[in-house]
Parts: sequence; structure tokens; C-alpha cells
Amino acid sequence: MKFNLKIWRQKDANAQGKLVDYKIDNVSEDMSLLEMMDVLNDQLVRKGEEPVAFDHDCREGICGMCSMYINGRAHGPVKASTTCQLYMRNFTDGETITIEPFRAGAFPIVRDLAVTRSAFDRIIAAGGFVSVSTGQAQDANNTPIGKEEADKAMDAAACIGCGACAAACPNASAMLFVSAKVAHLSLLPQGQVERKERALAMINQMDEEGFGSCTNIGACEAECPKEISLENIARLNREYLWATVAK
Amino acid sequence: MALDSKIPDGPLESKWTKYKSSVKLVNPANKRKLDVLVIGTGLAGASAAASLAELGYKVKAFCFQDSPRRAHSIAAQGGINSAKNYKNDGDSVHRLFYDTIKGGDFRAREANVHRLAEVSVDIIDQCVAQGVPFAREYGGLLDNRSFGGAQVSRTFYARGQTGQQLLIGAYQALERQIGLGNVEMYSRHEMVEVVTIDGKARGIICRNLITGKLERFFGHAVVLATGGYGNVFFLSTNAMGSNVTAAWRAHRNGAYFANPCYTQIHPTCIPVTGDYQSKLTLMSESLRNDGRVWVPKAKGDKRKPQDIPEEERDYYLERKYPSFGNLAPRDIASRAAKEACDDGRGVGASGLAVYLDFADSIKRLGKEKVEERYGNLFDMYKHITNENPYETPMRIYPAVHYTMGGLWVDYNLMTSVPGLYATGECNFSDHGANRLGASALMQGLADGYFVLPYTIGNYLADEIFTKAIPTDHPAFVEAEKTAQERYDKLLSIQGTRTVDDFHKELGKIIWDYCGMARSAEGLTKARQMVRKLRDEFWKDVKVTGGLHEFNVDLDKANRVADFLELGELMIIDALDRNESCGGHFRVEYQDDGEAKRDDENYAYVAAWEFTGLEGDPVLHKEELKYENIKLAVRSYK
Repeated sequence: MKFNLKIWRQKDANAQGKLVDYKIDNVSEDMSLLEMMDVLNDQLVRKGEEPVAFDHDCREGICGMCSMYINGRAHGPVKASTTCQLYMRNFTDGETITIEPFRAGAFPIVRDLAVTRSAFDRIIAAGGFVSVSTGQAQDANNTPIGKEEADKAMDAAACIGCGACAAACPNASAMLFVSAKVAHLSLLPQGQVERKERALAMINQMDEEGFGSCTNIGACEAECPKEISLENIARLNREYLWATVAK
Repeated sequence: MALDSKIPDGPLESKWTKYKSSVKLVNPANKRKLDVLVIGTGLAGASAAASLAELGYKVKAFCFQDSPRRAHSIAAQGGINSAKNYKNDGDSVHRLFYDTIKGGDFRAREANVHRLAEVSVDIIDQCVAQGVPFAREYGGLLDNRSFGGAQVSRTFYARGQTGQQLLIGAYQALERQIGLGNVEMYSRHEMVEVVTIDGKARGIICRNLITGKLERFFGHAVVLATGGYGNVFFLSTNAMGSNVTAAWRAHRNGAYFANPCYTQIHPTCIPVTGDYQSKLTLMSESLRNDGRVWVPKAKGDKRKPQDIPEEERDYYLERKYPSFGNLAPRDIASRAAKEACDDGRGVGASGLAVYLDFADSIKRLGKEKVEERYGNLFDMYKHITNENPYETPMRIYPAVHYTMGGLWVDYNLMTSVPGLYATGECNFSDHGANRLGASALMQGLADGYFVLPYTIGNYLADEIFTKAIPTDHPAFVEAEKTAQERYDKLLSIQGTRTVDDFHKELGKIIWDYCGMARSAEGLTKARQMVRKLRDEFWKDVKVTGGLHEFNVDLDKANRVADFLELGELMIIDALDRNESCGGHFRVEYQDDGEAKRDDENYAYVAAWEFTGLEGDPVLHKEELKYENIKLAVRSYK
């Protein structure tokens, strides 16, 4: 297979970026998209040019590090997939593939396709936890949790913090990310004590980071590699309202 | 220096309890004056950083990824062991201890492993309290499953995402401490030197991966939680960024490296498809609970798996190891797969694969139940191979997965450099020559939550009068200079071969000669090959870009340079060990394909001291004393 690539190149956070054209040939359909990028970079390095910087680590679709905006879609054309789990067989031979970084005001560009997503860490630091220090726990089976609730909590906890939701959203809202954490913890008995404070603190931090508001578009759910449901956002809104009223 | 493992006196069962009640303490006011640097934020690092900060120490944590949540612990799928005995199936601390020692082919320290089994019980409690969504039964209580090398069900799991969920638990605990101002977090920072002053670890030099600047950090103690070195093979199940640099820099600065030849080849990975392959993907060992491993009985049988009748299939694990069957330990299952493929009975285009078949389980349990247990693994397999494992058997082949070797540590998890600790996969301590499934998560969290917070106090109690050392101290200047010169050198060569060229070549040498089967002849040859390759690297590598920028090529070169040194040490260690044990299989030492240990001569930990690259490293032996269990031939038949 062969492809025309249009790739966003930007030297650093302050430089002007632009799309640069590359051609690549002899691509196997069993290659992953990132392996195709490896091959491209190998060719660039051999020519003495600087390789395209992009984030990636586990290449198993679980670490949340890879973050490309491909042909106008966060993580590309395949549903429920991270960038690293795209294979060239998911594209058409001869196609032009446009690759950009995840774009959101709160995700400043580091270089080329790599962005900083520390805003998500700060949102978790604001309240996305249960305050239990090491050693304070009781026996694990002392609190039975119904399978259904546990499964629902697990569904929400499956978020990998990649930021596709914010990148896909026209408002660059981080509501799906925040709601997944709030839902995960508020569905479990362990999360009850800090439930109100958590919702308020996380929303507050989300706003401070400069993420936009949710207008129920649903692009986040459509692009989420872990298929985190919009229902979580409804739950977050309820939690927030409840916490505000209770306050 | 003589190796002192500092194992407490007394009966095995009470060593840790006695240690905890007699260990030196640091009062809260003094903890506030003590700085601890934690490098790596996987299970071992994040749990340590959070727990130490909760205790009141001033902690700085570092990771090379963009967020501490990304560490490769997230990729662990199957589960975490704990001697809870919730199943009433005969489990106990002693049994977990015994299984782990036996699984490690009697090459781990009794006292460390017993402590691990003891605290395994607390880990599950802690994680549940944090909100880790472990799988539950309909009654609301925790579910368990069985794993390789055990005859009880002691593995707790969270779908196929156990590592991810446990790490998120530890990460959230860490973020809580960051929010409280007790931890300063430095992401996109790579540790490139250890700073020692008067023989003690006093700080580190990091490369800020965004700006490229070298930065200095002081700590009263330094904790390495930087994972394993499996990427020396180029192709492994490790994340692309996983590297040995921090541990290797510590080794070059005096920390002994133990048992580097003990590497684990995991039996259930997706086979290689082409030379562009960048990494290998593991399919959780838990699949072997319900999947049956087989190859055709006839050589070169290229029929579709569905067309091969039952009587023409060889379920070789069930045949050779009837009591453990498909759940035979990893090293044994891997070697059996290699044997079948070497025998010409491998499947798939390359002939380097065996089948893992779920047809019987789907018949027995229904597709829904199988989907519930392994849904995400099946999806992942389909994503990668474009084949549907509900309809056709998976193809699997062994791949490098975990490294049991690592920095030598004593019972306190302190390396041979005072004040320098190593936790999790980057130390050597608990898994002997082979790690059992679902034990890596257990060890990482045991070290970070429940061991290090006690043992580090024992050292820091004597450091309360040590004032923070300013980072313009000559030792910091010198360490930074070493790092700087190395980067300058890498950028100045401007040769003809890329970093990956060298990495791939190194990986192939190590895989061919120091992989699943090793021989003195091959290893001797491989050592020269690695030395030659290393010389070429420093003459002919091509690295693009500059120092003071985000430069992935340079970072990779820096890591591969260390792999080129580690690779040789692995070979030296494998040559020294004239026996077969666990993941170390020397073809000269076998009984009919089964590993043949030599307890009389090799029941020791090989701890290597760095003495420069020209000559041989110095071997220090720590004798392994088994006072509580009898050494036995490890049989899973």
C-alpha cells in the first residue's frame, strides 16, 4: 500500500506550525499506523531530517499516551480504538491521511503531534480519589458491592485519560473525562463520603484549566476508545447539582 | 564489599512482624525535613511516593511519560495474587510463599518471599478501599480466578484491566498527595545519573524531556522504581519507552546488578508479522484458564485449524503436564511452544505460532460467559490480527515479557549503595528465576505500599541531622558533566546507522543466544558480537536534532547505549550459571527437555559489580539458604 501523508509539524509550543506533505510506499496492511510512522521517521532520520515527534508508549491501547487526530477524528476512523490500535488495513490504498495533534486550549503542543495533558492530572488531584491512606483499609470483603454496581463503576473506570473526548469536542470540553471519574467513585460505597466535594472540586478545576462547556454534542462518546458513555455526563450533572444545592 | 542481605533473625513467619516492631522510626517533625526522590510512577513508584508522602516525607516523583498514570503497569491484564483464601480452597500465606519460591525454581530469598505473601493480604484491602473496581460475584463479594503455577484460585482481577485499575488507584493516591502539596511531580523527566556523596545516594540528574535541559535534584534517599529491562530484546511486550537507563546508571555508580540472565519469556503473545514490527502484544495468561493450547500432530500440517480433527491435534501441555495442563508455569509453557515449532509443527504463515483454542469453553460455558471473562482481550486480538477468536483459535507465540533480574537489594530493598533503593520489577528480589502470573502487580504494590515505608525509615532515622545539600556541590556538577558529555558525544557522531538499526541488531543477538535456549558456545560468541556492536554504535550512530529541545531520537539513543552494556552483562551472567533454572535454560543442562538445576553449586544470587567495560565485572555471590522448605525438582507433571 502507499499513502500521501499530511502531518502537522511544529518545532515547539511557541513556534508556528504547518501541515507538511510526505509520501510513503511499501506499507504492509498488517502494520499499525504507528509502525508506519516509525518507518517514515526511519526514512527521515536517514535523510538527516528530524523525525516526527509523537506520543506513544504501550502500543496496546491501554496507556492513553498516543494521541493523534487523524482525518479529522480523534484516534482516527475506527470505533473504540486508540491511535496505536489502528492498522493500515483500516485505510484505503493511495489515500491521503491527515495527522494532527489533539487540539484543545488546555492541551498545549510540545512538539509536532505531542501535547501536554497535565490538566487532566490536576483535575484528578483536585478530587478524583478516595481519601484513604495506606494502612487504613478494612478487610476487602467487609463491604459487599452488587455485581451490577461494580460493573457500572468498572465501565466508567475504564477511561484511559487520553483526552480524545476533549480533542473531539468542538467546545474542547473535558466533561466525559471528569464524569467518568466522578461516576466511577460515586457508584461505589467507598466514594460516598467525599461525593459532593469531589464533584464540585473537579468541575471547578476543569473550568480553571480552560476546558469548554458541554453542549450535549456527543462527539466525545463517539470518539472515546473505551466507549465511555454519555450517561456519565448526565450523572455528573446530577452530582454537581445535588452538591451545589446541598451546599 | 561483602553482600549482607540483612535478613532478620528468628523464625520465617515472624521475621517481618519482628522487624516492623523493632525498626527505627522517624518522628513526624523530622519527616518534614527529609527529601525522598522516587523515580518511576508505576505500581511500585506511585504507591511508594503516595505512601511516603502520607507519612510526612517531602517527596519528589519523576516519570518520563507525560503523566504518572501511563507507566507500563497499566498493561498488566490478568490479575493480582493474594493469599486471602476467600475461596476456602486451601490457600494460605505459606502456600503462596511456597508456590512463589517453587515457581521461581528455588532461586529467590525465603524471607523476602514470605514477607511478600504476608502483605499480599493487605494490598487487596487497600486497593478496594481506594475504589479499585475488582470483579465481584452476584453476592457482592470479590471474585477470584486461577493462574499458572497454582492449584488454588487466589487471583483478583478487574476485567482484563487489572494493572490499569490498580495503577489508577495508586495514581489517584499520588495525585491526592500532589494536590495536598506533599509531592512535587516531574513528568517528562528522565533520570540519567545518580549523585553519590561520601558513598551515599544524595540525588539525581534528570533530562527535562521537553526543554532538553539537565536538572539537578537532591534527596536524602533515592528510590528507583523504574521497571524491567525487557526492551534489550528490541521486541518485547514492554512499552516502547521502558528502559534500563536509571537502573544501569545506578549500576555504573556502584549498585550491584543481580541475576540479569533471568528473563521471562511469556507463552501467550501475538506472533510477529513483519520486520517493521515495533513491539509484541501479550494476551493475558488468564486465557489459559479456558483456552486449550495445541499444534497439529503432523509436521507441516497447513490445514485450517477447524479442518484438523480432534485425534490429529496434540494438546501438548495437557499431555506432558497432566496435573497443571494448560496452566503450567510460563517458562515451561514457552519452552514447550518453542519445541513444538522447532519440531516443524508450528502454525500460521511463519510457522512460529501455536493455537490457543476456546471452542471447548464456548461450548461448555456459552459465548456470553467467555465474552464476560475475556471480552476485551478477544477484541484486542481481533484489532491486531483481523481474526475473530470466537470462531478461529488464537495464534500465540512466546515473547519477552518480564525480567526477574535487576538491581541487587537487601531485605530493606536497599541496593549496595546506601540510601539508594530499588522497588518493583527493577529489583531482583522476589521471583527467583521465574515469576508466576499475577505476582508482578503483587510485588510492585507490596514494595511501595507496605515494605519501603517501613524500611526506608530505618535508614532515614540516621539522616535527620543531614541538611539538604545544595545542588552546586561538586558531586552534582560532576554527575551533570558526565551526562552532558554523553549527550554531546551522541550528537557529535553523525554516523550512518539509525538508533533502531543498532537496537534491532542487539535484540536479535540477545534473542538468538540469550533467549529461550542458551549454550556456552553461543553465549561466548554473542558476547563478542555485542561488544563489537557497541563499538560500532559509538562510532557510527546517527542522531538527529539538538540537545535543548524535545528530541525523541536522542532519548532513544541514550537508552539503547545502556542496553548495549546491559546485554553483555546478561550474557556474562548466563555463561556463569552452568545450570538450567526457570527462565534460564542452558541446553547443556537438561533432563529430556526439562531444566536441570544444580543446587550444590548454583544456589546463589549472582550480584555483579561494575568495573568498567574493558574487563570482566566482579561477581559477588549471595548464598541462598533454604531453612523452611526442601529444595525439590520443580515438577508440574
